[in-house]
Amino acid sequence: MLAEVAFTAPHVDFAALAPEIVLTAGAVLVILLDALALDKIKPFISIITGATLLGAMIPILWLANNGVDRSLFGGAFVVDNFALLLKAMFLLSGYVVVLLAMNYIAEGDYWESEFYAMMLSSLLGMVVMCSARDLLTIFVALELLSIPAYMLATWRKRDLKSNEAGIKYYLMGVFASAIMLYGMSLVFGASGSTLLTDVAKGLSGDNVRPTAVVGILFVVIGFAFKVSAFPFHAWAPDTYEGAPTPVTAFLAVASKAAGFVAIVQLIYVGFGTREDVYQPLLWVLAAGSMTAGNLMALRQKNIVRLMAYSGIAQAGYMLAPLVVAGNDKVGDKPLQAIVGYLVIYAAMNLGAFGVIMAVARKTRSAEISSFRGLFHYAPALTVAMTVFLMSLAGIPPLAGWYAKFQVLSALISAENASGVAMGILVGVNSVIALYYYGTIARSMWADDAPDGDLTPVRVPPALVSAIVITAAVTVVFGVLPQAIGHFTNGGLLAIGG
Amino acid sequence: MDFLETWGISIAVFVPVIGALVVMLIPKSWGEDLYKQVALAVSLVSGGFGIAMLVNFNFDDTGRLQYLVDKKWIEAISSRYIVGLDGISLPLFLLTLLIVPLCIIYSWNHFPEPHNPKALLALILLLETGMLGSFVAQDLILFFVFFEVVLLPMFFMIAVWGGEKRQYASLKFFLFTLFGSALMILSFLAMFFLADPHTFDMRALPTALQGVALSTQVLIFLGMLIGLGIKVPMFPFHTWLPDAHTQAPTVGSVILAAVLLKLGTYGFVRIAIPILPAAAVKVAPLIGVLAVIGIIYGALGCLAQTDMKRLIAFSSVAHMGFVMLGISTLTQFGINAAIFGMVAHGLITGMLFFIAGSVKERYHTLEISKLGGLLLDAPKMGWLLGLCVMASLGLPGLAGFWGEFPAILSSYSPAHGLNVELYRIFMVISALGTVLAAGYLLWLLQRVAFGPSKSHGDGHEQIHDMHVSEGLAWAPLIALIVALGVYPGIMFKSTDAAVAKSLAACLVDDKGPTCPELADMLHAERGK
Repeated sequence: MLAEVAFTAPHVDFAALAPEIVLTAGAVLVILLDALALDKIKPFISIITGATLLGAMIPILWLANNGVDRSLFGGAFVVDNFALLLKAMFLLSGYVVVLLAMNYIAEGDYWESEFYAMMLSSLLGMVVMCSARDLLTIFVALELLSIPAYMLATWRKRDLKSNEAGIKYYLMGVFASAIMLYGMSLVFGASGSTLLTDVAKGLSGDNVRPTAVVGILFVVIGFAFKVSAFPFHAWAPDTYEGAPTPVTAFLAVASKAAGFVAIVQLIYVGFGTREDVYQPLLWVLAAGSMTAGNLMALRQKNIVRLMAYSGIAQAGYMLAPLVVAGNDKVGDKPLQAIVGYLVIYAAMNLGAFGVIMAVARKTRSAEISSFRGLFHYAPALTVAMTVFLMSLAGIPPLAGWYAKFQVLSALISAENASGVAMGILVGVNSVIALYYYGTIARSMWADDAPDGDLTPVRVPPALVSAIVITAAVTVVFGVLPQAIGHFTNGGLLAIGG
Repeated sequence: MDFLETWGISIAVFVPVIGALVVMLIPKSWGEDLYKQVALAVSLVSGGFGIAMLVNFNFDDTGRLQYLVDKKWIEAISSRYIVGLDGISLPLFLLTLLIVPLCIIYSWNHFPEPHNPKALLALILLLETGMLGSFVAQDLILFFVFFEVVLLPMFFMIAVWGGEKRQYASLKFFLFTLFGSALMILSFLAMFFLADPHTFDMRALPTALQGVALSTQVLIFLGMLIGLGIKVPMFPFHTWLPDAHTQAPTVGSVILAAVLLKLGTYGFVRIAIPILPAAAVKVAPLIGVLAVIGIIYGALGCLAQTDMKRLIAFSSVAHMGFVMLGISTLTQFGINAAIFGMVAHGLITGMLFFIAGSVKERYHTLEISKLGGLLLDAPKMGWLLGLCVMASLGLPGLAGFWGEFPAILSSYSPAHGLNVELYRIFMVISALGTVLAAGYLLWLLQRVAFGPSKSHGDGHEQIHDMHVSEGLAWAPLIALIVALGVYPGIMFKSTDAAVAKSLAACLVDDKGPTCPELADMLHAERGK
């Protein structure tokens, strides 16, 4: 690639880039409107943002219907079913986050239109990430999605905790980026290319160069920070607690998912033949994340911190199937398991944050004890929260069971000790996790409300629709998992060039 | 007819969950009675389909799955929606359909604190769908999903409507069972990937798994042993049961005892043994040992209890021990006895928990030392308690006998390949268990029903004998306890051929039938 001297303009397939173009236009529009017609337009900014996200869905649906895999810029940017499904997931998660944020941001004296512009550009980075099949594209997408997220985390400007959240997230994030970039340069040095398909060719063979080993490890570790995997998880609880809750939901779902998308692409397209290098690392990351996350979650008193630790554990479950990736018998099962898990996780986790925000509107607290006796004054919210918590715990017939089932299925299909051991670990961890999910659920249903205060919670319509959408997805995907299998099954390995 | 053939099971299984949604959506202002009427109607509709299927059931061909439905479900993991009824599932399916309406009738006028009939009824109906589904599912994943659906309603039932230590008991129940499920699903997955061709279909798995190494089969079987054994509950995994039973509200205890525990034993009969017969032969002695320990340990535990409900709960451990002993013989005779034992235990222990609930409501305590003179205060209830105690200790002529006695007898001559001496030892020990059972049950009866009334003279209100709702709820159970005791053949007729078919893999490998003399005995019994 670098050898080319004469510049020829690449052929650009604009249809393939349409979702990104719509998002860019939306972000620019939001900023311009804000600059030109400040106060008049303010109430409509969130609606414009939502419309942009749904508008970007149109080309995605068209592309999916069209069914042709498209490859741009010499294979660095690929639009296939895998990319389209995940882009759709990011856009819809973004839409739900807008619904969550609408009242929170409007009522809380925040910079409003900038918030949405930041979110759009972060989502743009995520959407690009789904198509990135080149080390540089991956890095650019990562920075595009991360930098706005750093700022969003500090959005409660006058709150010290929010500042702490943002700074911690920022320092950890750039540290991870640096490690990753160094790793990428080593991988480039060892394989002679930044294009993932060529990296795969360069790395294959009986002997692996030490530089390649270090490179692969550094790149994976860089993303381990992003997905808050143990032992690189320390930033997550503080950042989640300090950031505004809608932003926390955004970080916990979309930003984490973007990290996984990158890891999956790197491993399946780029490092695929080097399972001897990445499997042991991922074993440690997965086992450590789920065990440490669950054990620390047991001790939490704050629901957002609890969700942070539960998110670390969930990241462990999602990393687990990669432990057997690259084995002959397994095929693309880990890939399907992770993609399915990401979609289901987005629904159930966003829903849980929706209920947390709705309850906090009344209690003004994020303590777990503020959920006591919720059933007595907000039965609908209680049922919804129970659905989300039990789905996170993996109880059928809620979607979480299918997510976990696919992980186990991938692990057992390897028919080796490492897979079975990891499977048992996932099983044991599910039981530990049930303890804290179950404790919250029980306390909502069985305890008395604090101070006998039974005034109902007033939930704004946007929040209601966010909770209803996520709850519906959580139940439907649980009863009819085929709905999701249909997407993840189709032509996923058309990945690559 | 065709309608019943293709839709019967699905309607019976899913009508309750629809009913649960309806109950949840009825606004409070329409009155409390409406919830109860809707819930009862729903469970009766479901029961009506059950009876229609019973009437049209072909009893000459109980080994075949009838009302079979086989449709696409989750293609991505090649799991299918396969439901069907054969002679093994039919009695348990009907037991569930019977118990749920009775529980709703029983609760009619006395919902446990904190009241809220709407939520409790919705949970009972949700529970019904899970239980019914588990007994008809013929696909491992479908079975697993239904098996798990049962957990949540039961968890909330104990956690919200339970006794003082409900918080501890509900979570303990939940965590124990989920741990079992986790191991169970791993075993299911292992079977799926080892099967050739890959399948979750219980009908196809026995042949599909024939080529698997015995050591692997044993490992998978052990996974299921723990998963299902927790639910039964078998000896080392039983500790959740006394807590859950003692703390659960009356209807919760009844459903738990009558149906939920059977999911575990049913799993052995339906899944573990037919699919992995060779591993079953290897592991059976272990099951037998645990079963016998359960019988003796449960009985000794009973003798030490001071709480009536806890005593009945421990007696469940002992009774399920007899069921597991019957299963561990791997003979047609033993497994027939086990299935009879499941149904009999469901009826009798369900009844005992009903009575315990009513006693608690009247005396506000279940401390045995504070009870006494039930026969004087409430003679009808006192006599019913007497009858159930007799049935539970295995008096011939009542249902309990046919579960216990043949199970002991079957261990005289276990299946080919099992150590006969060992099983004879089991037989002797388990026979001692029946003596202990008579001991603790009669002692319970003596302390609760006989003697002077302890409620008079210290300002207690007059003790009311049976209410109409109690009478209505209990009559069918009592009738069945007596009917099955007098004419057990009616059940063996349903189960026998199906058991023979499920054991086919064990029997074919042997040189001839496992224990001809006992098979003859069974035949003679059926011929009468």
